Amino acid sequence: MPAGERESARQPAQLTDPVLAALAPAASAPPQGVKRLELRHVSKSFGGVHVLRDVNLELGTGEVVGLLGDNGAGKSTLIKIITGVHQPDEGEIYFGGQRVTGMDVQKARMLGVETVFQERALADQLPLWRNIFMGRPVSGRLGFLKVGEMRRATADLMGESMGFTSAVLTPNTNVKGLSGGERQGLAIVRALHFQAEIIILDEPTMGLSLKETEKLLHFVEGIKAAGKSAIFIDHNIFHVYSVSDRIVLLDRGRVAGQFLTSRYSLNELMDIMREVAATGAFTENERYRREDGTPEATTKSSEEHA
Amino acid sequence: MTPAVAPAKPSRARSPIAAFTGSWASQIGITVAFLVVWLLFVIGAPSTFLNSRIYLAFAQTTPYFAIAALFLTMVIVAGDIDLSFVSIMSLSLVGFVFTWQATGSVELGVVACLAVGALCGLFNGFFVAVVGIPALVVTIATWFLFGGLTLVLVNGKSYPLVDTTSSFSYGLLAGRIGTIPIQFFWLIALAVVAWLLLNRHRLGQNAYVIGDNAQAAQLMGIPIRRTRITLFVLVGVASALAALMNAFSLTNFYPNLGSAYQLPTLAAVFIGGTSVFGGRGTIYGTFLGAFMIGGIQAGIVAVGLTDYYTQFIYGVIILAAVSIHVVLQRRFE
Repeated sequence: MPAGERESARQPAQLTDPVLAALAPAASAPPQGVKRLELRHVSKSFGGVHVLRDVNLELGTGEVVGLLGDNGAGKSTLIKIITGVHQPDEGEIYFGGQRVTGMDVQKARMLGVETVFQERALADQLPLWRNIFMGRPVSGRLGFLKVGEMRRATADLMGESMGFTSAVLTPNTNVKGLSGGERQGLAIVRALHFQAEIIILDEPTMGLSLKETEKLLHFVEGIKAAGKSAIFIDHNIFHVYSVSDRIVLLDRGRVAGQFLTSRYSLNELMDIMREVAATGAFTENERYRREDGTPEATTKSSEEHA
Repeated sequence: MTPAVAPAKPSRARSPIAAFTGSWASQIGITVAFLVVWLLFVIGAPSTFLNSRIYLAFAQTTPYFAIAALFLTMVIVAGDIDLSFVSIMSLSLVGFVFTWQATGSVELGVVACLAVGALCGLFNGFFVAVVGIPALVVTIATWFLFGGLTLVLVNGKSYPLVDTTSSFSYGLLAGRIGTIPIQFFWLIALAVVAWLLLNRHRLGQNAYVIGDNAQAAQLMGIPIRRTRITLFVLVGVASALAALMNAFSLTNFYPNLGSAYQLPTLAAVFIGGTSVFGGRGTIYGTFLGAFMIGGIQAGIVAVGLTDYYTQFIYGVIILAAVSIHVVLQRRFE
């Protein structure tokens, strides 16, 4: 990939963006060297099928990790474990160096994990404000909702962050009539409204136009600039490569390798992916790269499979 | 200001006024339908329908099933259904009768009745939300189960409740305020409670999301089991309360009390625009739907038709009302 093309994808994010500005206070950032998120030896099976086997994954502060893998590699299961939707059969999860047990969605969200799901997770027949606050409505004593507050917050987010300027769209508009891009905007703004520390984007470019995709990739850069971490999952390796610091390659439930995008070119990665898809392993045919920053897993897993 | 994602293209050519009527179209539709039916009855039988006596009768009889319909609406909004509520009515009254006879206290009997209603709801909710059987199947089973248990427990007998009429609870549940039956005030108060729970409470917010998109509810960490069980418990308690009102005003308990209400109550909910698929429904619609169902029988007789027309007209009204909702939704949303 020519350097110029790569540079254009890496425009600096504008911190004037109010959503990013809201994210800016990274008070709960873990101390230097401690990973924001760490999975150790995580396994999960459904009905006897091993979807994940002994997966190790780290996510640093301000790091964007791209998760690549063929259909059925276990990407969605992995993120559903991080978001608390599924519980791992084996293995440990650490947030900011602290082991967390008994994970569920509420706990994950309390720990600052917000997700833009592949399925969007929107309720079509409900108004925008009820979708923004889905799962964590603002309520007072006895659980009664503060509807006015939520409508105002939604109106602010719509104007500032989603770019919904059309007069027919109000916080009371149902999601049903929204376009694919509008829905994605809603799902992203929802993830960011709640002081997220780790933002997981599962196939976020699916169904987006070219222009919308460009905006989205630019936005992922913004997450990083705000000192937040992100896990980015996409079928499209070009998208993943352009925004990720590190790429984790999953194959049939295992981590097949990890690659810093600063060290591997897109073409090299694509060759490796092809090899992994065909044989389940890969060989480093050019130069061994294990000098300093390269994660250990790179060589370890290639040895394992060799 | 940099939008997070591409700005929305103004894809719809809708004015704000159209947007407003659009989002309320369904409720405007049911209101118009209600008024049309009422006007037909006024024209057909002015002496009956311009006299307050028939409205006082409606005020007493409609709450018997409308109260259950209000909370049934919330269960259906969450994508479930409850057919067993008529059997909950009779089984909870068994709780009343047995406790009252054992302790001599009507008030304790009332508490027992409501508790049995809550337990029946819990039972339904457990099988639906924890065991994972579809609500239709569970509540067909418990309709038989609760109704059958009632027959077994009372041996098919009925119990006169004349001795309860001097109690405080009797006045509270079957008395009058001025000339207006107290059941009507209960209905209004519970309609307000149901509206608040559905529209202004976490419970209702969660019910709408679960009914609209259960997968989204799971992904966003909504307490699905707890919400569904709570809604079934509410239907159980509401059914028990309505059953008490009914039995007190009849001063009699018989095992299949309430059984005639099953389908008309569900009809009231669907006439009101609640979707059987979940995610959509209003307390306002159910309230009007209940009075349409409640008024038809008296109206038919008053305009000079025989009572045999009742079921036929129910069918016409249900189909017409639901068609109005579907067409208006497709047109405006």
